[in-house]
Amino acid sequence: MTGIVPVLAISFGEKFLQTSAKALALGSIYALVALGFVLVFKSTQTVNFAQGAIGVAGAWFTSMLLIDWQIPGRWFGGVWLTWIIGIALGAAMAAVLGLVIERTIIRRMIGEPLFSVAVITLGLEVIIRTVATDAVTINSRGLKFPWGLSEGWRIGDAFIPRGYVIAIVTAALGFVAILLFFRTRLGLAMRAVAYDQEAAMAQGISVGKVFAVAWATSAALASIAGVMWSAAPLGPGAVSIGITGLAFRALPAVILGGLDSVNGALVGGLVIGGAEVYSGEYLSAYTSTLGVGFQLVVPYIVMLIVLLVRPYGLWGTPEIRRV
Amino acid sequence: MRGRPNLYVSYETESSILPTWTQRVSIVVLLTVAALLPFSLPVIDHLPIIRFLGDPDWIRVLTNAVIFAIAALGINLLSGVAGQVSLGHAFFMGVGAYAAVLLGGASSTNLWGFGLPMWIWLPGAGVTAALVGVLISPTAVKVRGLYLGIVTVGLVYIGVHLSRVLPEISGGAEVGRQFPSLEWRWWKEDQPFIDFDTDGHWLWFDISKNAKTYLFCLAILVVMTIVAKNIVRTRTGRAFQSIRDRDVAAEVMGVPEARYKMIAFATSGFYAGIAGALFACFVGRLPPETWDLILSVEFIAIILIGGAGTTSGALLGAFFVVLLPKFVENAAHWMGGQAKGDGPTSGLWDIVISTAPGDGGIISSQQLAPGYPLPISAIPPILYGVLIVGFLLFEPLGLFGVWVKIRNYWKRWPFSY
Repeated sequence: MTGIVPVLAISFGEKFLQTSAKALALGSIYALVALGFVLVFKSTQTVNFAQGAIGVAGAWFTSMLLIDWQIPGRWFGGVWLTWIIGIALGAAMAAVLGLVIERTIIRRMIGEPLFSVAVITLGLEVIIRTVATDAVTINSRGLKFPWGLSEGWRIGDAFIPRGYVIAIVTAALGFVAILLFFRTRLGLAMRAVAYDQEAAMAQGISVGKVFAVAWATSAALASIAGVMWSAAPLGPGAVSIGITGLAFRALPAVILGGLDSVNGALVGGLVIGGAEVYSGEYLSAYTSTLGVGFQLVVPYIVMLIVLLVRPYGLWGTPEIRRV
Repeated sequence: MRGRPNLYVSYETESSILPTWTQRVSIVVLLTVAALLPFSLPVIDHLPIIRFLGDPDWIRVLTNAVIFAIAALGINLLSGVAGQVSLGHAFFMGVGAYAAVLLGGASSTNLWGFGLPMWIWLPGAGVTAALVGVLISPTAVKVRGLYLGIVTVGLVYIGVHLSRVLPEISGGAEVGRQFPSLEWRWWKEDQPFIDFDTDGHWLWFDISKNAKTYLFCLAILVVMTIVAKNIVRTRTGRAFQSIRDRDVAAEVMGVPEARYKMIAFATSGFYAGIAGALFACFVGRLPPETWDLILSVEFIAIILIGGAGTTSGALLGAFFVVLLPKFVENAAHWMGGQAKGDGPTSGLWDIVISTAPGDGGIISSQQLAPGYPLPISAIPPILYGVLIVGFLLFEPLGLFGVWVKIRNYWKRWPFSY
């Protein structure tokens, strides 16, 4: 609350600084979700439309762990430690959900048309979202953020909430972890599978294991991104169904960068986050013409323009079409 | 060629819509039953299932299914026959609905509307949506497969947002406006020629307003089905199928890809526009958020459950997907009532239905209830999801495939193949 009054009075430079911080924070959350999309696409060649729903489920699990069951809080002291362990456990539960989906449903669809697999994930999205909505919407579910949601740092007149910095740091850690993972044996296997499934199999790589790891990781990433987005200045401050919308807005990010490019996910996330936040901030004078909430549509417009120029995104591998 | 239904001696018979007499007879019977369903007639009133579909509350659900079937024919042409993945069908339906309300709606200080009669606004809705489809189609040439699917997702969100930009047409976010009522006027005269909003008397039948609407939509569905069927079996349809099967090969054979994708988007848009206008006017008042991604997913579910690429599959799917959740909802209500009462089977239903907190049922007997025993309102969406996943896993050809399997079993009996 301390931030609100100065915000109205700040000068151009400070407004830019503050907006940039927000853009960076939102962009890094988009990048995290986009990274999940990329991992699944690279290994299974599918767009996982259920990503957002899994994110809601993960945030819901995290909230249950932290508040209802008090699981980390029973054994560990320290607000931060409890919270971090809670998030990790929530992400692990989401990963298990991803594993179950992969093992019971997606694995059976190998060799089926990609469209069918994508539609299956849409069906899963509907199921998970309905159940999660029922669990989440009526009673507000907190996430016990260890920092005060209105706290932040002040640079000149600009106010940078802590949630932004924490989101950026988390996303950076996530990307570093994934890039390091690609250097491990399993990560190398995943790159091989992404390149050619049959050739990878012939080299003795377990394609099924790679699929499972990709789904689990992407579900965990969705869960973490969901929790980070829920922190107040960006999200509503509690678990909300808006996380599904977040994932659908991260789709433009992943399309922009190319469905199979990790770097593309990072750049795409930052660009889309930036487009959304900057347009929302600097075009707010024209809201009456552009309509309330126009910044939420900006990602799709950016995506349309980019796709018409480069049909496979900026760094995506063009599909070689044979007769 | 009696007794040998699979022997075709000419191309005309093979590509005819109803090649065998069995099919012709069953279609005539089906259409007669469908047309006579809302009236209280001796035979029809005693057929199982059909018996209560004519009831006043069910006939509205049935009308809904008929309208959805029209839209399903459209997405079947685009995604099933021409193979262009589209999650933007709800967007096209919305375009149709708002074209209808702009042409046929009543105008006021902050709403636009020309108040034209239905024979203008209904085709107008289709044509507008078709034109929008033509505008979109160049994207499909440039962008393929899942990328196209995601572009059309963007289209749905942009469409819902446009309703906020133009509240003069949409009536404003989450509010919506009154859509024109279904009534046939020649021009703006006071007494409509056919009024679908009041009960009336046709020939020697008493007819309720819901039955009138149902029959009107059914007539449109029949016409649209014949058109769709004919599109599929002519040059255009064959071009669509060749693009679906392998677009590069189609181009090599001289099928102009861009033009046929444009035709596919236009026809699919036309169907969606008509269905959207009918649906909006049938419901009466809708918020713009109706034309959301969930609606698009529902249509994907319809064609996949029915059997992608087949016209009869699209129709089957539409009726199945719209009617089944209603059946299940009613069944859940009925089970809830049984569980609360003390009939002989009360205990059985108590296992499924939760009447009091903590008694272990998975479905709450309430229509809306937050928390663990799922409310009855949550069942239809979960059912869609389960049906999509289940059919794609176990029966990728959908209900049509099930039917083909049953038919072939009896055709070849007693041999297995």
